[in-house]
Amino acid sequence: MENTPLLKVSDLRVSFKTDKTHYVEAVKGVSFEIPRNKTVALVGESGSGKSVSSLAVMGLLDPNTSKIDASSRLEFEGRNLLEMSIAQRRDLCGKEISMIFQEPMTSLNPVFTVGFQIAEVLRLHMGMSPKQARARAIELLDEVGIPNPKQKIDAYPSQMSGGQQQRVMIAMAIACEPKLLIADEPTTALDVTIQKQIIDLIAALQKKHHMSVLFITHDLALVGEIADEVIVMRNGEIREAGDIHQIFEAPRDAYTKALLRCRPSLDSRPMRLPVIDDFMKGGDEPAITHQERSRGLTGDEEIVLEVKNLGKSFYTREGLFGKKEFQAVKDVSFKLPRGKTLGVVGESGSGKTTVGLTLLRLHQATKGQAFFDGKDILSMSEKEFLNYKRRIQIIFQNPYASLNPRFTIGQILLEPMRIHNIGANDDERTAMAYQLLKRVGLPEAAFHRYPHEFSGGQRQRIAIARCLTLKPEVLVCDESVSALDVSVQAQVLNLLQELQEEYKMSYIFISHDLAVVKYIADQVMVMNHGEVVEMANSDELYRDPKHPYTRTLLGAIPRGLTH
Amino acid sequence: MTPQNQPKVSPGLWALAWRRLRGDKIAMGAMAVVIAFLVMLVLSFTGLIAKDWDAEVGVNYAPPTFIGKAGGGDQIGGVTEDLGPPPENPYDPLKDIIKELRAQSGPEAAAGADAPVDDYGIKDPLEKEMAEIRAELSKSGATAAAAKQETLPFGADKWGHDIIKKTIKGAETSIIVGLVAAFLATALGTLFGAVAGYYGKWVDDVFNWFYSVFTSVPYLLLILAVAAVLQQKGVMTIILILGLTGWTGTFRLIRAEYMKHKAREYVWAADAIGATNMRKMFVHIFPNVSHVALVQISILVVSFIKSEVILSFLGFGVPVGTVSWGSMLNEAQNELILGKWWQLTAASVAMAVLVTAFSMFTDALRDALDPKLK
Repeated sequence: MENTPLLKVSDLRVSFKTDKTHYVEAVKGVSFEIPRNKTVALVGESGSGKSVSSLAVMGLLDPNTSKIDASSRLEFEGRNLLEMSIAQRRDLCGKEISMIFQEPMTSLNPVFTVGFQIAEVLRLHMGMSPKQARARAIELLDEVGIPNPKQKIDAYPSQMSGGQQQRVMIAMAIACEPKLLIADEPTTALDVTIQKQIIDLIAALQKKHHMSVLFITHDLALVGEIADEVIVMRNGEIREAGDIHQIFEAPRDAYTKALLRCRPSLDSRPMRLPVIDDFMKGGDEPAITHQERSRGLTGDEEIVLEVKNLGKSFYTREGLFGKKEFQAVKDVSFKLPRGKTLGVVGESGSGKTTVGLTLLRLHQATKGQAFFDGKDILSMSEKEFLNYKRRIQIIFQNPYASLNPRFTIGQILLEPMRIHNIGANDDERTAMAYQLLKRVGLPEAAFHRYPHEFSGGQRQRIAIARCLTLKPEVLVCDESVSALDVSVQAQVLNLLQELQEEYKMSYIFISHDLAVVKYIADQVMVMNHGEVVEMANSDELYRDPKHPYTRTLLGAIPRGLTH
Repeated sequence: MTPQNQPKVSPGLWALAWRRLRGDKIAMGAMAVVIAFLVMLVLSFTGLIAKDWDAEVGVNYAPPTFIGKAGGGDQIGGVTEDLGPPPENPYDPLKDIIKELRAQSGPEAAAGADAPVDDYGIKDPLEKEMAEIRAELSKSGATAAAAKQETLPFGADKWGHDIIKKTIKGAETSIIVGLVAAFLATALGTLFGAVAGYYGKWVDDVFNWFYSVFTSVPYLLLILAVAAVLQQKGVMTIILILGLTGWTGTFRLIRAEYMKHKAREYVWAADAIGATNMRKMFVHIFPNVSHVALVQISILVVSFIKSEVILSFLGFGVPVGTVSWGSMLNEAQNELILGKWWQLTAASVAMAVLVTAFSMFTDALRDALDPKLK
C-alpha cells in the first residue's frame, strides 16, 4: 500500500473580492493531508473556511470573485490540481473526486428525473450507453437504499423526501467509484433520524468501495460516529488536527475544548452553558460552574396558559370543487406553568411549529381552546386579542428573515412600544430600548444600524429584545437557536435562562434538537404527525422513554465517540 | 437618553445604491443629460426661456442658419426683393400713343416717357396723405414685414415660430406629461398591487379581472378610445388617459412582491407585536418594494413621453395652442413634402436624446437598487 496521501493540501490561501480593490482572506494558509481509506472530518463554525477549502479542491470557486494564492498546492495522488488545465480537472471531478452538498433539494436539477441525473455522470465519465447507464443507475439506487429503484428511477426530485434526495446525490457521487468523496454538511438540513441513516450509509460505502471521505460539518458530536481523523478550523486557520481519540479525550487547543463543551450534553445540566470566550480567555477550566440546575415540574405551580384539544388543518383545493384536508395538528393539550419551560420536540412535519404559530393566532386554529388568564384567546375578536398580544410573544427561527431589512434596530425596538403605548413619549421609549440592548449584550451604537450589519446570533438577540419591550408572560421560541452556531447557541440559551429568572416568563421551546431541549425544558412534549406522543418531565423522558417513537428519536442523537 | 458618543449613522438602502450609482460612469453621464433636460423644463415652465415661442419672428419656413437663405423662403406674405418696374410689353397697342401724350404733358413726364405705364398718367390725389400714413406705420413697427428674420438658428415652422424655442416648450409639455402620468400610473398600480397581493382571495380576483380587461385591449387602441371619449382636450386630459391605462405593469410586479413578502417572517413578527393590516402593508412591506416602484416610474416616464408624442401626432393629444414634440411631428408631416426637414429633426433629436439618456439611467438605477447584491 502506498504511503503517499491521497490528497495533500499545502498552504492553501483563498481570498474573496469585496469591491474593486479589496480582498478579504477566507482561508489563511491551511495544510492538511487525507490518507487513503480513511474518513477525515473537517470541523468548524460558519466563517471558518471549511466549505471554501473543499470548493477549492473541487475547482468550484468563481474565478471572478475569488483568488487562490500562487503558493498554494493541492496535490491529488502527487499531481497539483491547481496546475492542471480545466479539461484535465473536469476529467477528475466526478470520477476520482466527487462531492455531495448540504441542500439536496437545490443540488438536484428539478426538471430532470433522478435516473437521468445519475446516468449523466456514468455517460460522461465512463462512456456508457444510455441502456447500460440506466441499468447501473438502478443498481446504485438499490445500493444507497432507495426502495423500488425500478420505479423511483423515473421520479423527479420534487417527488422525493429530503433523505431520499440526499441518497440520490450520494448515488451520483459514488457512481464512478471515486477515490475521494467530499461531503459538505450533508446532514445539516435533515431530521435527526434520517441523519443517522445517511451517516451509516456513508460509513458503509466508505468501507465497501475503499474510498477516503472528507466530511465537513459544524457538529463535533456527529463526527465521533464516523471519523478517523479530525481537523478543527476557525477563522480560516487550522486550530488542531489529529486522531479522533486524541481530539475527544485530550484536546490540546482551547477552541477545540470549547467546541466540545459548549454543546448541551445529555448527561449534565450546568447552571450556565460554557461559551467560547470562557475557554479562549486562557486558563484551563476557568469559572465554569459545575453546579447543576434542576428542572422539572412538581405539579402545583401556577398555570399561566392552558391549551385544550388544539387542532389545525390546512385545506388545499382539489379538482374544481373539491377540498383536501391536511391535519397539521390533530389534538394537542398541555398546561404551561409560570416561569417554567415546555419543550416541544419532533421532526419536520410533526406540527410543532404550527402549534406555536396557532397560539399566537398567526394561523387560524380549526378547533380547540387556549385559556390565558381564564379567557379563551383563540375565540376572541381581533380587537380583544390586541390586549393579549403583548403578553404572548414569539421568536422565529430564521434570524435573517424576522427583522425588517429596511428598519433600523431603533425603529424595530420602538415600534411595539408605540403600538401598545408603553412609555409616555419617544424619549422614554428610546431610553428603554438602550437598556434592553445592553441587557441582551449588544452595544448602544446598534440602535442606528441596520439588521444586515449583524450576525445571526446578534440578530436573534435583537429579536429577543423586541419581544422584551412588551414584557410578555409567555414566549414561544420557534426553533430559535437551530440556525445558530454551537458557541452562539450557548450564549443565546444562557441569555434566555437569565431572562426567565428575571422576568418570570414561561417559554414554549420548540426544537428538533433533543440535547438543547433537555437542557432548557422542564417538561417535554414529543410530537409526531400532529399528535402528542409522550409528555413528561425532561429528566424522566430522557432516562426512561416510554413510547417507541421517543426511543427512536433518542437513539438517533449523535453521542460523540462511539467506535 | 442619547449615548455619549454619537454613533456614525449606517447607510440604508438608498445611500448604498447612490454609492453604487456614483461609480458607474455611463449612469452619471445619462443622469447629467436628464438633469439638463429637467433644468430646461423648470426654466421653461417659469417663463424664463421660450416664453415667446409663438411670436412670429421668422419668415415662413425660414431655414436654419447653417444652411442659409438658400434653403427656403416662400412668396406667401413674405418680403420679396424689389424687382423694379415691370418690363415693357412689346405688344401693347397703346404704346406709341402714350409716348406722345407724355411728351405733351411736360418735361418731367417726358423724362419718364419711356417708363412703363402703371397709373396711365393719372396722379394719385391722396398721394401725400398715403405717404404720411406709411411713415407713421413704419415708425410704430406694425409692419412686421420689415422686422422678420430670414434665417433662424434652427429654422422656423410654417408661421415663422423659432424651432428652438418650440422644441424647448415642447420638451416642457412632453416631460411634464411623462412625469406626472408616470407618477399617477405607478401610484395606482402600487396601491392596487398592494391591496390585491396582501389580501388575496376575492379582493385579488376583482383586481385581476380589471387587470385582464385593461391588458387584453391593445395599448394604442385603448388610449385612442379613451381619448376619443374624453371630449375636452388638454394636457390634464392626456395625463389622465395615460395614467389610468398605464398602471397594469406596475400592478403585476407589486402584487407579486407583496405576495412574496407577506409570507416572510418579519411580517409575521409585525403581526405578533400588534401591527394593523394598514401598518403592515405600508409601513413594513412598502419600503421593501419601493425600489421596484421607483424603477417602474423611470420606465413609465420614457414610455409615456413616447405615448404622448403618438397621441399628439395623431391629433388626439395637446390642443392647438399648446406645443409638444408630438404636435411638432404632426406639422412636420406636411412640411416634409416641401422639403423642410428642420422641425422634424429638432423634435426627433431632442426626443431621442432624452429617451436614450433616461433609459440608460433606468438600467443603471435598477442595477444599483438590486437587493441581491447586498
